[in-house]
Order: sequence, then C-alpha cells, then structure tokens
Amino acid sequence: MAEPGHHGVPHAQAGEFDNVELVHPKSFIGKYVWSQDAKVIAIQYGLTAIAIGLVALVLSILMRLQLGFPNTFALIDPSSYLQYVTMHGMIMVVYLLTALFLGAFGNYLIPLMCGARDMAFPYLNMLSYWFYLAAVLILVASFFVPGGATGAGWTLYPPQAISPGTPGIDGGILLMLASLGVFIAGFTMGGLNYVVTVLQARTRGMTLMRLPLTIWGIFMATVMALLAFPALLVAILMMLCDMLLGTSFFMPEMLNLGEQSTHAGGSPLLYQHLFWFFGHPEVYIVALPAFGIVSDILATHARKNIFGYRMMVWAIIIIGVLSFVVWAHHMFISGMNPYFGFLFATTTLIIAVPTAIKVYNWVLTLWRGNIRMTVPMLFAIGFIFTFVNGGLSGLFLGNVTVDVPLADTYFVVGHFHMVMAVAPVLVVFGAMYHWYPKITGRMLDDTLGKIHFWVTFLGTYAIFYPMHFMGFAGVPRRYYGYGETAYIPDSIQTLNAFMSVAAIIVALVQLVFFYNLVRSYFRGREAGPNPWQATTLEWQTEHTPPRHGNFGAELPVVYRWAYDYGVPGAKHDFIPQNMPPDEVEKVDPMSQEAAQGRLPT
Amino acid sequence: MTVTLVFLAVMMALFGGWLFSHSINVRPWEAQGAGAPRSQLPPALTAPRVGLAVFLAVATSLFALTISAYLMRQEMGHDWRPLTVPGLLWWNSVCLVLGSVALQSAWQAARRDNAARLRRDLLLGGGFTIVFILGQALAWWQLQARGIYLAANPANAFFFLLTALHVLHLLGGLFAWSRSLFRLQRGATPREMLPSVELCALYWHFLLLVWGILFALLLTT
Repeated sequence: MAEPGHHGVPHAQAGEFDNVELVHPKSFIGKYVWSQDAKVIAIQYGLTAIAIGLVALVLSILMRLQLGFPNTFALIDPSSYLQYVTMHGMIMVVYLLTALFLGAFGNYLIPLMCGARDMAFPYLNMLSYWFYLAAVLILVASFFVPGGATGAGWTLYPPQAISPGTPGIDGGILLMLASLGVFIAGFTMGGLNYVVTVLQARTRGMTLMRLPLTIWGIFMATVMALLAFPALLVAILMMLCDMLLGTSFFMPEMLNLGEQSTHAGGSPLLYQHLFWFFGHPEVYIVALPAFGIVSDILATHARKNIFGYRMMVWAIIIIGVLSFVVWAHHMFISGMNPYFGFLFATTTLIIAVPTAIKVYNWVLTLWRGNIRMTVPMLFAIGFIFTFVNGGLSGLFLGNVTVDVPLADTYFVVGHFHMVMAVAPVLVVFGAMYHWYPKITGRMLDDTLGKIHFWVTFLGTYAIFYPMHFMGFAGVPRRYYGYGETAYIPDSIQTLNAFMSVAAIIVALVQLVFFYNLVRSYFRGREAGPNPWQATTLEWQTEHTPPRHGNFGAELPVVYRWAYDYGVPGAKHDFIPQNMPPDEVEKVDPMSQEAAQGRLPT
Repeated sequence: MTVTLVFLAVMMALFGGWLFSHSINVRPWEAQGAGAPRSQLPPALTAPRVGLAVFLAVATSLFALTISAYLMRQEMGHDWRPLTVPGLLWWNSVCLVLGSVALQSAWQAARRDNAARLRRDLLLGGGFTIVFILGQALAWWQLQARGIYLAANPANAFFFLLTALHVLHLLGGLFAWSRSLFRLQRGATPREMLPSVELCALYWHFLLLVWGILFALLLTT
C-alpha cells in the first residue's frame, strides 16, 4: 500500500481512498504478458475464455450432428458423445461464463466504474489470471490423455464419475478435478480483488448507492462465488480421496462390471448436496452480472434513468441470498423426504419475486424512453425476452410434482439453455458491442452486428424452443441415440434434424462476429471517448482506450448516480457522474423542447 | 448443511445490515456534493485487512462445509465407528496456542517499534507452529501404527481430511510468515513490518479458533 498522496503516477493527487502503487512496466512482456494492469488482465481473461468457449461450441455441434443425423459420423461413438456432453457443460458454465463475467468484465469495469486506478492487489490479480490459464490448459490436456476426457456429465456425480465403464476414468476425471481445483484457487485470488476494490477503492463521492448496477451485479456474484466455490472444492477433495486413497466418502458398496468394489457405505447423496450447494448459486453467479450489465445498457440506450434503482440493488442482494437455500430443487428425484422437497419448492418459487421485480423494472425503464435501437440495445432486449421464457419454464420445474416427470427430459435442457446459456450469452454480446469502443477506441460495424444479433437470437429459439415439446413427449436427455423407442414418434427425429441445422447456422454466424471484432480493430470508425453519451466514469477517461492508471492526474470526483439521462431542465440529455451540480448547463426556459419535457439528443 | 446455513445466515445478516444502513434514507437520484472524505468505511479497515477478512470468510465457508459433510456422512451411512483421538493432540493444541500468543506479542512489538522483541516473537510464533505441524504428523503416524487406517472407516477419513485441511492453511500462513521474516532479515524496520505482522497474527488467531472447533468436534463425535 502506498502512503496517502503517493500513487506512483506522476503528479497524481491524493485520492480520498488510498490507492495501489502501480507498477509501470517498460517491456512488451511486462505490459502485455505478465501484466498487473486490470484492463490487460481483463482482455487476457476474455480471450482465453472465448478460446475455450469455442472448443465447447464445437463440442455442441458434434452432439447436434449425432442427434440430428444419427450414426452418420464415424467420429462420434457413444463414449465420445458423453465426453462432449460433459465437457461442453463444464466449459460453458465455469470456464466460459464465470470467467468472462467476473474475470473479464469484472477486471475491466470495476476499477474504471468505481473511479480507481487499478485493483486493490494487482499482483494477486495477475496470479489469478495465470491460475485460470493453467486450469484451462489442464482441462484441454484431459482430451489427450489415454481414455480421453471424462464423460460423467458436468455434475460429475459419483459413483459413476469414478467407476469403471465411464469414459475418461483413466486420467480424464483426475485432470478435470485438478483443473477445477486450480480454477477455484485462481478465482479466489481474483474474487478477493473484486470485493476489496469495490469496498475500498471507490473514488470520492462514489457512495454505494451511486454505483452502476453492473458493479452491483458483479460484486454480489463475486461474494456468492467466494462462498459457494468452497463447496465444490470440498466435494472435489473428497472425491479425489475416494478415487486415489480408497476412502468411502461418496462411494457405496457396489459391483463394478461383476467385481466387488473396495468401497463401502459412502453416500452419493452427500456429493449431490455439496455439488448443488455450489451449483445453484453458480446459476446466479452467471446471471447477476448479466442483470447488472443489462440494466446499464438499457438505461444508456433508452436515454432514461433505470426504474427503481434501490429496488434493483435489493433485488440483486435478495436473489443472491435466496440462491443459497434452493439447491435441493436439483435433487427432487433423488428420493428425498417429500416435506424437504416442498420446502425447497417454496424457496425456489420465492426467488421469482425479486426476479420479476427486475424484469418489470427493465420494461418500465424502456417505457416512454428515447430508445435507440443500437446493437447493444437489441441484445439487451433480446435478453429480457429469453430470460422471461427461461424463467417461466423454471416455474414448472420448481414444483416437485411437475419436476418429477420432466426431470431427465429435454424440457430441462431447453429450460436451462434459455435461462442460463442463451440469456447470459446475449448479454455478453451486448456488453462487447457496448464497451468495445472503450476497449479499442473503435466502433464495431453496425450492419454486421445486426446480422449477428438476428441470426443468433432467432436461431437459438429454433434450437431450444422445440426442446420443451420434446420434453413433454418424454424424450430423455443425455442419450446418444434412441433406436426403436416406441413412444418417441418419428416427427421427433425431423425436429432434431431441424434443430441441428439451426445450431450449425448459429455457430457459423459467430464467425461474422469474430470477423467484425478483428476488422473493426483495424478499420472501424473512430469511437471518440464517449460514443454512447453515457454517464458512467469509464466513458469520462482522459484517453481512449484508457491508459494504465485509468484516469489522468486527478481521480474523478462523483456528484451523482449513474443514471442522469434526460434530466428535466438540463441542456444535454445526459450528465456524467463526475459533473459538479453548478457546471450542468441549463436549458433556455423559453425553448420548445423544454416545454415538451423532451430533450433533443 | 445446518452448520453452513447458520454461517451463511450470520454473514448475510451482517452484510445486509451494513448495506441497509447505507441505503436507507439515501436518494441516489439527487445530485449532491462529493460528501465528506472517508465516510464509507472506518479508517481502521485498510485494504489488506478487508482482504484478509474476505479470505477468512472463504476459509470459514470451506471449513463449515467440511464440518457439514462430516455431520451428514455420520448420519447417512451406518458404518461410522468413532475413533479415539490421540492424546498427543492436546499437546499440539498447546503449541498452537503458544504460537498464536507469540505472534500477538510480535504484533505488539512491531507497534512499539521494538525490533529485537519482534524478531524473537516472530521466530517463536513460527517455531511453535512448525512443532504443531510436526505433532499432527506424529499423531497421524501413531494412528497408522495403531492400525487406524485412512480408508478403513469414514470417521478416520474425516479425521485425516479435517486435520490435513487445517495444516494446509497453516502452511499457507507459514509461507507469508517466512516472507515477513525474510524482509526483517533484510533490514526492514518494525514499523514497515507492522501490516504484514498484524495480518499474520490475525490469521493465526483465526486458525486457532478453527482448530478449537475441529478439535471439539473430533472429541465429541
């Protein structure tokens, strides 16, 4: 920690909160490889997450090829299909979405939006990324060990995960568990940074109730992740003991391919409790940052203050707290006491209340707003639709009696892909289109962006909507093939082929997005410091992209919340957070726009 | 899961109460002056201290979950045979208490700018901790020698798991401790050492408390 008034940045004035001493590297390696600048770490996180996410996308296409056109591709056998299912799920949930929202957006936006020069502990922050990269590499290595990656399903339930007959029993499962352990260690380092930076390094005037909702979402998600990931860590350690040391934490006595196992008395149910104690908060670890980012995108592009800011903050907190007491709704069919199930069904349905408050507030933010149909706005509105769809099917599954017949069918696949795959990914795209101009100084191409949005949005509905009907028809999930199953009509196969074609189209249109990212980096229109005319601090930096240290010689001072759009009486339709009240230009009282209560943009 | 849920409820109540006091009667939509400096958190809460507190919350969550798993596994299976805790653990506990006391004293020495006492107490604190870890290893060896093997019974497995987790946390602490000692050897003044010595002392007190809870759990179940 530096002494007050000593920032390591030339001529920096004393911040109200002690800030970190910045390390200014001279070499290329120090600047871009072993960087301690949160913005560079954010980009490292982002690129790594997208790279591993593309692997998971290819796996999903391989699964769709088998489902749409069974037994056409020799490459895909039943074992490898299970491996694709497992790795696709684990990568997308943990290594892509968690890393993107907290590692990439968290690192980029927390210091900038809070008005800090960097994270509280930059060295730890750098280590966090390198741990994450190591975790990803270990995970990728598991594809190449004898027997391949694990095929136990992303939940890695014992006894199956570590019993002979499951793909990847030779080394895949071991590498998966090791990779998760490294990921959790790395995440804890990063998470400490995010929490302490939000609590400690906010600039003068940035009170808690003036924080943008993006920061609230990322902050609460980090708190939850810090408390929930230990559950996964404990489960991993105990499973490793069962596997390597012969203990029986989870492993019951059983026959393995005709041979008596050495384990006795362990409880697979215990693993399920631990796993879902992590697993359910994980859903909201992904969703809360998305909620926050969407709120900011909607307010900025509808030129209106977010409706019910304090309610939105409290909804984030309440969702976070409640998400720790609903985990057993993933285990309704595990043979639990019916009263226990009833309790968890109740808590699950209660979460719908704060979530619905958020949805209403988003819609009310749009109501009579000066909506600009920019690409980030399209993605944000697409998110609201998709999230409501996924949330409604969640009401079905939250009820024990409805869940019992629907569990293990495609209804569940449709539900969670809508609510925690497509919805957050739409936000990721929206956020990229929104902040790309700040990160690179150039705009992304609008036409390509709209093509990307419409094909992705409609395409994902074409993939996941029919799954709900397949679920009602009783089509079981995770199956490699259905053969001659009497109750599954032929039309299901036609539907499967249609969904697979849609999936391939959606995957291909992502190439348009990547082309846009690369082309715009070199040839995009110059963005200027604040292309969206936004109020938050990251758009008020001296340089675009911001340099190490984020702000100029002086840290910004904050006078207002992040949502001063279309303030009556003000000349411009937005007032940056760091504009003092006496510097706000007032509109001429005689002018016509003021009389109408609407301001020109 | 009751243990974990109680822990979480306490955490969330504290957090919620703190947040409530910051959001009640606040009108975020009104533009105002930047406010008095440092109105957010008391000055005693420096970034390293808050960082440590957050890390302790994570570690508490880890131990609470392991204890939850312990109690649940005890109920779920019908093969639980409690093991007799080795008497050596009492001596080990005394060592850990002494280590914690020595580090507290080192913290005080750093505050009073007493370099000689700081060096002595730091060394004593680390020394007692190393003795504790060796003692735990000896206790493991004793159990093995008595034929109480890790894989034989869940009670044994949990005994090894809980003690190993605790020792791992202490080893992490010793890493920070050795860095402090190294800095002291290189001529850092006690004042400069204060932040890291205080973090060490607080971390040791926390691990002593955790050990107290684990030991009580092992003795009573």
